Amino acid sequence: MTRTLRALPTLLRIGLAEAVAYRAELLVWLLATNMPLVMLALWSAVARDAPVGRFEQKDFVAYYLAALVVRLLTGAWVVWELTFEIRQGTLSYRLLRPLHPLIAYAAENVAAMPLRLAISLPVALAGLWLTSGGSLTHDPLRLLLFPVTVLGAWLITFLAMALVGTLAFRADSATSLFEIWMGLYMLLSGYLVPLDLFPPWVAALARWLPFRSMLGFPVELVTGHLTRQQALLELGVQWCWVAGLLLAVKYAWRAGLRRFAAFGG
Amino acid sequence: MARYLRLLAVQLRASTALALQYRLEFLGQGALALLWTSWSLVPLLVVYSDRTGVAGWSFEEALVVMGWFTLMKGILEGAVNPSLASVVEHIRKGTLDFVLLKPADAQFLVSTARFMPWRIIDVLAGLAIFGVAFHRMGRWPSAGSMAAALVLLLCATLVLYSLWILVISAAFYLVKIDNLSYLFASIYDAARWPVDVFRGFLRLLFTFVIPLALLTTYPALALLGKLDLAVAAQALGGSLLFAVAARLTWTRAIRRYTSASS
Repeated sequence: MTRTLRALPTLLRIGLAEAVAYRAELLVWLLATNMPLVMLALWSAVARDAPVGRFEQKDFVAYYLAALVVRLLTGAWVVWELTFEIRQGTLSYRLLRPLHPLIAYAAENVAAMPLRLAISLPVALAGLWLTSGGSLTHDPLRLLLFPVTVLGAWLITFLAMALVGTLAFRADSATSLFEIWMGLYMLLSGYLVPLDLFPPWVAALARWLPFRSMLGFPVELVTGHLTRQQALLELGVQWCWVAGLLLAVKYAWRAGLRRFAAFGG
Repeated sequence: MARYLRLLAVQLRASTALALQYRLEFLGQGALALLWTSWSLVPLLVVYSDRTGVAGWSFEEALVVMGWFTLMKGILEGAVNPSLASVVEHIRKGTLDFVLLKPADAQFLVSTARFMPWRIIDVLAGLAIFGVAFHRMGRWPSAGSMAAALVLLLCATLVLYSLWILVISAAFYLVKIDNLSYLFASIYDAARWPVDVFRGFLRLLFTFVIPLALLTTYPALALLGKLDLAVAAQALGGSLLFAVAARLTWTRAIRRYTSASS
């Protein structure tokens, strides 16, 4: 444990250096996360004449810019790395190190955040400020909770990816399973359509699924659409998912590793 | 010319043989494609659950755009993506040598290297969406608008292909480009909406720079019988211009290729 903690600063530094080295790739990735802006344009067109549900045009602006920031902050790509390294056998290098591979992956993923933030946050903040700064929450508790919910959202994203990735120990089509997960995420997290605009039963169902915790919950928290009580309740749901996924990943990793045969490598 | 047609037939046959080996994949892919198509209709349904028209497009008309989106996606993922994705790999590994050595045009060879016949499911799904949309409208497109739509389908395919060639040409300069194709796919996603919902900068971007309008909106207008002849002519000219630009970029870019291997 202390060994891992001592290694972390170095791991993060390496990750940051890598992110800086591949900055063109990072930029492309940022540009590829354009869906919130496209949906923003679409919903603005819809809301131009009259509000949709409780959403006016400026609410959509705040919602989707917040969604953009949360999405960029919770990015992870461990599922591709893991399936690739398991198939190629290069995972054995990581296993040789006195550090859990998943921690190393996590450090690599987290280390790219500062650069992503540095590029994306000014854009989103400028957008918010120019259009509708008023629809962000001013409640200090909710503003304090926001980073916690983003952390929870990132953990769910990362752990779910790691869980699907460990399936590559057994099957070789793990990434197609992940595509299904992404499809569910797109609709049930509030990424494409704010969950409040769905029929009430869909929104109620989504409240208990992990997808909302990954995006919709932090976004609605920071745009001030949740009461304190709701926010705390959903925070509980979110961290239950984190705990559950953590246990599942721990078990799946151990069970999968036994089957790992390091082809080639 | 005849030689190239024969070559195309050979490549098609090889891809079909390959696809037939994985018949089970057809079922899996078919199920997934149906799921995705209905899934991608959900935002449309939500948008129109509250409105009858958005930016001058009724639900049925927007459905026709969605049909074109699905159909073009089938063409993109079935005929354009697979072969061109392998070019990036060739460039990185330096194995493009083997293609360049062959006595035929390199662009032709890399563009026809691989097809995924199973993606025809997407094309069929797109046609089914047309069926639903026109059934709801209670009319069918006239022969003239069908012919116009067919011409615009060719234009759209040409533009899609040219865009991809431009992306691939960038691979000669940047080498590591996996996520550039991802970027392309994410931008293409915006084509599921009629271009009229976008305003200002995005509208200009999607009409002239990355002509998403040409890919789905104009063909949809043609099928609905609402496309001006002038716009159609411009679309035709624009897509030809795109193809020429792509060809010129390709021939310039390929000069930069320095075999990385051996």
